Amino acid sequence: MNDNRDLSFQWNRRKINDVILYALIYICASLSVVILVGIIAYVFIRGVGSVNIGFLTSVTSVLKGTVGIAGNIVNTVLIIFLTMILATPIGVGAAIYLNEYAKPGKLVSLIEFATETLSGIPSIIFGLFGMMFFGQTLGMGYSLITGSLTLILMVLPLITRNTQEALKTVPDGYRQGAVGLGAGKWHTIRTILLPCSMPGIITGVILAIGRIVGESAALLFTAGSAKALPKTLTGIFSKIFESGGTMTVQLYLSATSEGDFDTAFAIAVVLLILVFLINIGTKKLTKKYDVTREK
Amino acid sequence: MKNKAKINAVEKTAKSIFMICAVIAIFAVCSITIYMIAKGTPALKSVGVLKLLFGTSWAPTANEPAYGILYIILTSIVGTAASVLIGVPVGLLTAVFLTEISNKKLAAIVNPAIELLAGIPSVIYGLLGLMLLNPFMYKMEKMIFEDSDTHKFTGGSNLISAVIVLAIMILPTVVNVSASSLRAVSANLRAASYALGASKIQTVFKVTIPAAKSGIMTGVVLGIGRALGEAMAINMVAGGSVQIPLPFNSVRFLTTQLVSEMGYAEGVHRQVLFTVGLVLYIFIMVVNLVLQKLRKGANTDE
Repeated sequence: MNDNRDLSFQWNRRKINDVILYALIYICASLSVVILVGIIAYVFIRGVGSVNIGFLTSVTSVLKGTVGIAGNIVNTVLIIFLTMILATPIGVGAAIYLNEYAKPGKLVSLIEFATETLSGIPSIIFGLFGMMFFGQTLGMGYSLITGSLTLILMVLPLITRNTQEALKTVPDGYRQGAVGLGAGKWHTIRTILLPCSMPGIITGVILAIGRIVGESAALLFTAGSAKALPKTLTGIFSKIFESGGTMTVQLYLSATSEGDFDTAFAIAVVLLILVFLINIGTKKLTKKYDVTREK
Repeated sequence: MKNKAKINAVEKTAKSIFMICAVIAIFAVCSITIYMIAKGTPALKSVGVLKLLFGTSWAPTANEPAYGILYIILTSIVGTAASVLIGVPVGLLTAVFLTEISNKKLAAIVNPAIELLAGIPSVIYGLLGLMLLNPFMYKMEKMIFEDSDTHKFTGGSNLISAVIVLAIMILPTVVNVSASSLRAVSANLRAASYALGASKIQTVFKVTIPAAKSGIMTGVVLGIGRALGEAMAINMVAGGSVQIPLPFNSVRFLTTQLVSEMGYAEGVHRQVLFTVGLVLYIFIMVVNLVLQKLRKGANTDE
């Protein structure tokens, strides 16, 4: 009798335990959805009213009475362009070396250690280093090029790793086939490996662009915060050596020192839309990439 | 013959160019380390190691300046630990939901939500913390410290706000890494547990999670690294005075100290800020080394 009661008691306790844990799991899982929906809803409600063509094409000026982020958009695009045009070949090159040339050994583990370490360094440290090295030692001051050079170090691991993953999925038979036909290594890389791993490389590039768009700490100390629009077409080139704040940096300044929350939320809307697009883009690509892997 | 020589030359150049690309990462890490040490150590001499690292008074612009960064270091440690304590259980349970419990439809809602959370720029978290958390904290503060004479009112910029923002920001990292390690647990283990009469929940908590332990630890350490290094978001919500890290105190983290004072600091003040950067760098490097050890361990397990 007694035993029986004990068992049913245990059984009940187990059930109660299960129910509590289930409840906790459901609460935690829904939490992230609630937070996301909350963030998006709040940002859009507060900000979407201030986003219009004028906001996107003019520059904030007390004299003209306009509020806009055109200058920041140009700065963002320039920084993305400058960073990626250097970071992509370097990152892809590093991945090719690691996957196709290097034999496992000290150098490779050192390079991999360095890449891992780079991806773990927070952006504020990159900002400090960029300010000291590119800005002061090399004398480039606060400028878009200082910011871009700093960001290259930051996004390099992303591109290297994505390219490496892509190169790993290219079947060895392709390489052997190419060698069998008399192709050299460089020829194989150029005509077979790179085209095959293109989706992976592009995924890395898009992820890197996403990081640059969201970056603020590394840019505040290196690229500064100027928001003027270049006046002439050649001004765009000289802009590279001048200070310029990206949209994210402007959001930070609007929300803190300038206390202009309408602008801050409007920029937040623009940034969220960009984040969506980047997310969808990488998803589409990864899907494509998985299909080739299954073959 | 000539053609072959040309091809050989091309091959050699290609190889050396790729090698240079790969070595850039090593150069970058070395030069960052050298710069952080070179710039971060002079203040240790000019201020004194003990006074700097264990001093509790921070008054860089006073007539008799004091440069104690102990509270800043403590704030970073306490803030990171607290956010990990909140973020990890929530993240782990979410990962359990995604891999063990949810059907495909629900996972198709939760998974993208987490991916998007990871992509949102940190300043947006800061902006929302500033607009939503801080006013709420101010109300709480007014209620709790109504009769206190010693409490300095902060307007809601305090440690709790920063911890909440950090916990949300590390959530995606913890969820993704834990979920992939839970997925890697062999189905045989689960089946064996069910065969012994364990319920689903018992299987998850007594079998699956322990089996995925090393992967989950990796997620935790990654989360610690992210929380330690986050600067902009918490700079907007944590306030601006160097104080003991108590929940309702306005505090400065290692990172926020750099963000808010680097712009105007000069002389010894600037040197000390570089030391703050060096301390942060050392913390991050320790986290990185632990992480790489964990990953290596996980690899040899397989």
